[in-house]
Amino acid sequence: MEALKNKAREWLDSRMVQLVIGYSQGSGDSVRAVFVHDPGQVETLLFDSRCRQNLAVYLLKPEVKKMGKAALVANLTTLRAVLQLAAENQIGEHDVLTLTVNPAGELLVLSTLEAIETYVAISAPDLSVEEKAELEKYEKLGMEERWQFWQEQFSRCLKCYACRAACPLCYCSRCTVECNQPQWIPVPAHDLGNLEWNVMRAMHLAGRCVNCGDCSRACPVNIPLYLLNQKLISDVFRNFNARSGMAAKAENTLSTFKPNDKEDFIR
Amino acid sequence: MEIEIKVISRDALERVFSLWLAAGKRILAPKKTGELVDFAWVTQLSEVCLDQVQTVQSPKLAIFPKVEELFSYQTAFDQVTIQDRPLEALEEIVVFGLRPCDAAAFASLAAIFTWDSPDQLFSARFEKMTLVGVSCARADEYCFCTSVGGGPGATTGSDILLTDIGSGEYLAEIISEKGRQTVQAAAGKFQPAAGKEKESHLAKVVPSFALAKITPALAALFDDDAFWAEQSRRCLGCGACAYVCPTCACFDIQDEGAGDSGKRLRCWDSCGFSMFTLHTSGHNPRPLQSQRWRQRLMHKFAYMPERQKVLGCVGCGRCSRACPVDMNVLEHLRAIAEAKI
Repeated sequence: MEALKNKAREWLDSRMVQLVIGYSQGSGDSVRAVFVHDPGQVETLLFDSRCRQNLAVYLLKPEVKKMGKAALVANLTTLRAVLQLAAENQIGEHDVLTLTVNPAGELLVLSTLEAIETYVAISAPDLSVEEKAELEKYEKLGMEERWQFWQEQFSRCLKCYACRAACPLCYCSRCTVECNQPQWIPVPAHDLGNLEWNVMRAMHLAGRCVNCGDCSRACPVNIPLYLLNQKLISDVFRNFNARSGMAAKAENTLSTFKPNDKEDFIR
Repeated sequence: MEIEIKVISRDALERVFSLWLAAGKRILAPKKTGELVDFAWVTQLSEVCLDQVQTVQSPKLAIFPKVEELFSYQTAFDQVTIQDRPLEALEEIVVFGLRPCDAAAFASLAAIFTWDSPDQLFSARFEKMTLVGVSCARADEYCFCTSVGGGPGATTGSDILLTDIGSGEYLAEIISEKGRQTVQAAAGKFQPAAGKEKESHLAKVVPSFALAKITPALAALFDDDAFWAEQSRRCLGCGACAYVCPTCACFDIQDEGAGDSGKRLRCWDSCGFSMFTLHTSGHNPRPLQSQRWRQRLMHKFAYMPERQKVLGCVGCGRCSRACPVDMNVLEHLRAIAEAKI
């Protein structure tokens, strides 16, 4: 990926950015995030199908922010997270420059939020064919079976909060689970605590999740959190015709009041 | 006591499982569910999975579960009645199939829980636990037991250590008094082991760093903020590493009550969380992730050896495998050992 390295070097040399957040070789066959702040380190950058982590998660970290303006090597869902963060007023037009590689293997510089908007239009309407098939299978379960399924899945939850930490849209400096005056969510990783935590997190991401899958990949005990998110993505799309992370200016689907809402109870 | 060496066949071992159950012991062992191999309560050997290098979680959950009740309370007018957990009601357990690193880790856990004021619940559970380990035939790039004083066939901490020597047989090393009693109770199942050895059946784990260099290097690097910032930049500050760690012992206390009764719970906690050291005043002595990452390593490789005379790491590699962002601890330890100080 010479073009990527060259662009990173050019930007760092010219001081256009102080930092390139990208991917480099990790343990074994894996890749990991790398923070290139010296042009001499650009050789470590790479981009291929293993680069799945949503690096937008690092944009709001104080330790990263203080390094200066960043260029972000972004896959499709990372770009959508950038737009969603912009829509939620967490980043501005001039906070980040993004670099991506299109399906043809070409490096693209997306230097404005508008350019990102144009590019992400290539993404699937809501869910991929495979994701829809799995969701349809899940939706065939009755309520009791769904309850049993999630009870069993959540029983493994350790409350390590890796799902939250890995999520680019879980950026609250103080999460609901940490508010204890009053205590909204039980802290212990017992059945009730785990259920409330995971349901609360899913609901807080409804209409916001960009389906990057990092929560599921981060979970050490393989809880299929993506299924909860995809169910909500599908419901939000069906009911509100809304998709997160597609525009830099967008209303938050579930927290925007409209006088002409089709439901009576809210008017 | 001197280690006694015997052999046991897989069939005999299956019957030992029945004897344990008949004696009222519960058996915790690695079990495969879907893609996940983790410790679970089992009733027979056929449920046990020993193909993995390591389980996701460590067996610490046998005596230090993710949530446990310490006591319950009732209030009536100005009276508060506290009911401790009845320690005599705790069951005897056998942890089967844990790796030598995991068995060694219980010494680190015990060092913390019995340090100044011995934790009664922990000590009672520890007393009622027998560790029947299985040595490692395989290792992966995250394993580093041999760099921290252990080994794929190390006996420290286990009551009995089994090594698969092929043809449906395990070499059994009887290490402790509890191990000896286990063999006695399983009359005749363990046989003499004439001329059998385990070495050729063990994984090869090449030492990766000089442990002696780590503690002094940590002391010298303590104030090198740039070093810790560089190491920890991709760390997300979750608790996955601490929760799968066999020696991490930090916990949080939560009271759950309704009306005039309730219970006090002990829950896992992690020094990686930003709120771990947050004071009521709003001051946080470790406001940066780099300081929290440094704390994790300092605690295991400097503070514990100094205070408890035991390392806080056994090289199981779980933290590296569980980390969502590949914070490979072995790589970081190597960098520390090789740092120019």
